[in-house]
Amino acid sequence: MKATGKTHAISEPRTTGETNNRRSTVNRLSAENVTLAYDQRVIAEQLSVEIPDNSFTVIVGPNACGKSTLLRALSRMLRPSEGRVLLDGQVIQSTPAKKVARTLGLLPQSSIAPDGITVGDLVGRGRYPHQGLLRQWSAEDERVVQESMARTGVADLADRHVDELSGGQRQRVWIAMALAQQTPLLLLDEPTTYLDIQHQIDVLDLCAELHEEQGRTLVAVLHDLNHAARYATHLIALRGGRVVAEGAPNDIVTAELVEEVFGLRCQVIDDPETGTPLVVPAARRARTEVRAAATEAS
Amino acid sequence: MRTPTTRTAKTPTASRAVRALRTPGGLSVRLDLRALTVVVLLLAAALAASVLLIGTGDYPIPAGDVLRTLLGNGDRGQEFIVNELRLPRVLVGLLVGASLGLGGALFQSISRNPLGSPDVLGLSQGSTAGALVVIVLMSGSATAVTLGALVGGLVTGFAIYLLAWKQGVHGYRLVLVGIGVSAIVTAVNGYLLTKADLVDAARAVVWMTGSLNGRGWEQVWPLLGLCAVLVPLILVNARGLRMTEMGDDVSYALGVRVERVRLVLMVSAVLLTAAATAAAGPVGFVALTAPQLARRLTRSPGPNLVPSLCMGATLLVTADWASQRAFGADQLPVGVVTGVLGGIYLLWLLVTERRAGRI
Amino acid sequence: MTVLVLVALASIAIGAKELSLEQVWHGLFHASGTYGDVVVDERLSRTLLGLLAGAALGLSGAVLQALTRNPLADPGLLGINAGASAAVVTAITYFGVTSLSGYVWFAFAGAAAVGALVWFLGGSRGATPVRLALAGTAISAALYGYLQAVMIMDDAALSRMRFWTVGSLSSATGSTIDQVLPFLAVGTVLALLLARPLNAVAMGDDTARALGAHLGRTRALAMLAATVLCGAATAACGPIVFVGLMVPHAVRSFTGPDLRWILPYATVLSPVLLLGADVVGRIVARPAELQVGIVTAIIGGPVFIFLVRRRRTAQL
Repeated sequence: MKATGKTHAISEPRTTGETNNRRSTVNRLSAENVTLAYDQRVIAEQLSVEIPDNSFTVIVGPNACGKSTLLRALSRMLRPSEGRVLLDGQVIQSTPAKKVARTLGLLPQSSIAPDGITVGDLVGRGRYPHQGLLRQWSAEDERVVQESMARTGVADLADRHVDELSGGQRQRVWIAMALAQQTPLLLLDEPTTYLDIQHQIDVLDLCAELHEEQGRTLVAVLHDLNHAARYATHLIALRGGRVVAEGAPNDIVTAELVEEVFGLRCQVIDDPETGTPLVVPAARRARTEVRAAATEAS
Repeated sequence: MRTPTTRTAKTPTASRAVRALRTPGGLSVRLDLRALTVVVLLLAAALAASVLLIGTGDYPIPAGDVLRTLLGNGDRGQEFIVNELRLPRVLVGLLVGASLGLGGALFQSISRNPLGSPDVLGLSQGSTAGALVVIVLMSGSATAVTLGALVGGLVTGFAIYLLAWKQGVHGYRLVLVGIGVSAIVTAVNGYLLTKADLVDAARAVVWMTGSLNGRGWEQVWPLLGLCAVLVPLILVNARGLRMTEMGDDVSYALGVRVERVRLVLMVSAVLLTAAATAAAGPVGFVALTAPQLARRLTRSPGPNLVPSLCMGATLLVTADWASQRAFGADQLPVGVVTGVLGGIYLLWLLVTERRAGRI
Repeated sequence: MTVLVLVALASIAIGAKELSLEQVWHGLFHASGTYGDVVVDERLSRTLLGLLAGAALGLSGAVLQALTRNPLADPGLLGINAGASAAVVTAITYFGVTSLSGYVWFAFAGAAAVGALVWFLGGSRGATPVRLALAGTAISAALYGYLQAVMIMDDAALSRMRFWTVGSLSSATGSTIDQVLPFLAVGTVLALLLARPLNAVAMGDDTARALGAHLGRTRALAMLAATVLCGAATAACGPIVFVGLMVPHAVRSFTGPDLRWILPYATVLSPVLLLGADVVGRIVARPAELQVGIVTAIIGGPVFIFLVRRRRTAQL
């Protein structure tokens, strides 16, 4: 898939060649020419991505485009079969595990709350990378845990068991745990899945706050393009393991891009609330006509 | 020099009394008061049961005399019975129980499954196979049987680990591979048993049940040495294990070297259970129930390693005492008691858990 | 089907005592009481028993797997084998029953009792796979303790039980077959009739209810069928592991998940496995023989591990 000229003319202009050779000296987290594969199944080849510092970067793309895989590689869950992921200029795999964990946090899609654990206890476990055999629970740990719970609005739930909570509350608790890790970079893999619309917005508002008020770099994989366009400061659109476009949502989200990435005909209008791009899928009839025309043509 | 003042601070973040002991130097230790209480009570119970057990037998000794003798003030006859005959047996019971309890807690935590104990995963069966080979095919001595069981358990343990390895050991895969290996080894054991003449078969069955009869100092020292090395090693890695209970991704993100922690703990757990089984035979159900009971007492979600250890020791010694009281000295091996009691306990657990709507 | 016939013939023709094909033929169709004929007659009952028991085990395994929605469910896992074993030990030790025809009934009752108990404990309403498996394992363990206690205290029981508990077809006689046949027939018919409702159950409780299945009734009947089949088979041959586990998996790999196909195929293929294992057991250990339960475990274990390894972790 080749990048559309238009989107790149507006966002940072660059060619593919430049991306591949770029040294990551500026940004803290980047992937250089990584090839990502599970067993023999290759998800992405020669993929390069820069996460701008202090951005709220959102990775979007259709199902199975490799967005979660990319996030796993960025968070060293997945070792690239070629290329490298750099964190602060160092290959992430060769950085000590705890040091990485103090710089980069991850909220994975699947996490297990041990049976009968309380919210406070779970959030406290986020302090692990700051602890040691003889520094098991410092006053600092306690303060950070309190603060994280307050920020995410779960302080009142501290004594409750995690398994009693609703989906939205539980997600907040896991975010609180990731916050307690106190990392300047935070990666979230589809943090809004399984939540109703109010809780989705809730979680995204929380992310935006974390980004604006504390200047953390956030990277999230999101399914909903409109959410991505509204909250992201930097958008990465993937398809088939390639970056199709990246840049500020206002610059790159166009009807052409959506069609190219998702194969969906749509209009892009201004969000009446925020002025960010709003993707409105074309009516069914309009799309079926196009499909019919396409079939005839072929 | 200023003495470091320690202060305890109750963490308001959790209802459970998790306290931290801190020194001005910035060192701090997590203390879970409930778990601590449980451990102290269990140790007291284990001690009490041990004293009773030492006093039980063909020649009963009152508890007071037992204590006096243990402290070195008993009369000569009692001293011989206590120190040479019964004390080592009780110590073997305590150590085996502790090893099984700790090993069971490790396996259950690693496999994230309350059934993931050495009995289910085939380790006990592996030890049994080793012992049976020695008994049936070589008619070996007691020492040879112990050695055979140790080798059998270790080989089985590592075979399971290797077979379950596929870019890391996943909990469910570990359990299922263990069940498969266990079935194969069980069949081999059954075959060996049919090959044996009746005397050997009877000896084999007694061994397979797990018994403390006739255990002496020569079993105590190796077990004690092993525990002295492994228990600290395990406890150092326990914090990592606590994290892995939240899933590999989360714990990895928190900076735990998941596979390394798991490997170290697996090896330790295999060593502990193999050694315990070699010393006393595959005493059923201690490894399965001790961690579950401990968890219910401490009400803590973590792996509960130390409480499980104490619980295992208490359980085994108490079961041995109960079997001797109920059926007469050396009549019924302790494994029968733990097996039946453990099974009943699990049933009770299922009934109550079902009412509570958990499981 | 053809494979089944071939294996059955092999099972008759191959044995510890070598017979020529002619002798076998003679024994089968012109029995006249010669030594060869007697041998053939014994092997015939043994083969028949293998056919019946194999079908029963495979079918009950398939039903149990569908019922518990647990691809690794097995009569052994649910404690039904242990129930039968414990009942047989009780019969031998305390009631002085020595003949197979006597303790068949005990074994059957034991299996049925454990089946019912697992069913009750596992939660007649809202039984989950985990709960059923836990209940089964718990009961097995408790019964195992009891078994060993008996075997330790009574050498006579030990001497008989150690042969019975490995699982063997060698004790087959015409009367064994006569006694288990009615149960097997009822169980098989019941199981095959249940294929459709069980298909619905496999979709999950809520979906099944939405599809109009009678959850409670289907579950109870399926459990009954599985218990009858497996209890009768265990009574006749002793506990045989892995047949009920392996065959439904093998079948599923080429029929897909539809139980209307899985159940009949499992009925046909399981005897192939069981008889095959029996024949192998007779060949490798000549002139003695390896009990079929041991052979199935030694074959089944690696297959099982392979199945487990092949699956992606997410599916487990």
